[in-house]
Amino acid sequence: MVQVILIIGLMLMLLGIYGFMQSKNLLKIVIAFTLFNTGINIIMVSVGYLADAKAPILDKLPDLNEIPNMVDPVPQAMVLTAIVIGLGVTALMLSYVLKLHQEKRSLDINNFKDLKW
Amino acid sequence: MVKNILILLLLLGVGLIAFDIFGAFTENKELSPTAAYYAENAAHEVGAANLVTAIVVTYRGLDTLGEVSILFLTAAIISFMLKFRKEEEMEASDLRPASELFITATQVFTPIILIMGIYIFLNGHLTPGGGFQGGAVIASAFLLMLMAKPRLQLSHRVIARVESISGISYVILGVLGIAFAGGFLDNRVLSLGSFGELMSAGIIPFIYSFIGLKVGAELSNIIGTMSNLQKENK
Repeated sequence: MVQVILIIGLMLMLLGIYGFMQSKNLLKIVIAFTLFNTGINIIMVSVGYLADAKAPILDKLPDLNEIPNMVDPVPQAMVLTAIVIGLGVTALMLSYVLKLHQEKRSLDINNFKDLKW
Repeated sequence: MVKNILILLLLLGVGLIAFDIFGAFTENKELSPTAAYYAENAAHEVGAANLVTAIVVTYRGLDTLGEVSILFLTAAIISFMLKFRKEEEMEASDLRPASELFITATQVFTPIILIMGIYIFLNGHLTPGGGFQGGAVIASAFLLMLMAKPRLQLSHRVIARVESISGISYVILGVLGIAFAGGFLDNRVLSLGSFGELMSAGIIPFIYSFIGLKVGAELSNIIGTMSNLQKENK
């Protein structure tokens, strides 16, 4: 079952890679990066999956030495961090795009050849 | 043409490697030792119903402090980079005004969205959610306001005050943990309270409220800076 989720994450990742390799529009490249990011997050969450387990949110205090039936909370905490960092990276990329657009009035990556020789 | 083939080859390579790894992946039958420790003890030691919150805020609170600083750095870099105005004075912006319907809907929904954000970060230790999510919801209210009234200027002074006060309070709460409990960012400064109530789990609700305010202020700051630049561009 978890393989399905892994494959979905992998497909999102590949879609993202294809997107930022292929597209010419800077905004589309940023969107492709976020797709890539989302795919990796999905893979990370699904690694912590256990069959027939519940979300790691308890509705009553468990007894001492009792391990509640729940999925692994550690990857979820990691992904929470990863989402926030991804948001920061996206915001930075978008502001670079804004700045580049301000300089050249264009979003086409082929127009930015200043560092190319 | 060659480029497309290279991209396809790259995708194929990445796909094959990952497919190999995922094909051999078998899901765990039981929790890993770390996760089992958290599952067994987190509710008793931390008192939070949401174990992800217990991990994020208490067990790995230092990581969260670093995460908040990364977000702060992002906001700082963006406002620094987008700050410089062009030499010539921009003519009065002729942004198209938003429609009547949108403005009315914004007036109705902005308070609701703000309250929703506050609810999410206050209940971070009980229900799914927390400071980062609540802060993002709060920032979305400001985004809506900026879209309805493009000439609106978010007050940078208020945002900066909220952000720095909540950041300092977060660190002070962490230091209180050294003085009155087991270590930096230990949540047992206040009593753990009864499990599942709003004022339980020690100082987690306070820490998460500060994180929520800080994240909301930072994201609003980013949105405000970007919208200012857009106004200049017109």
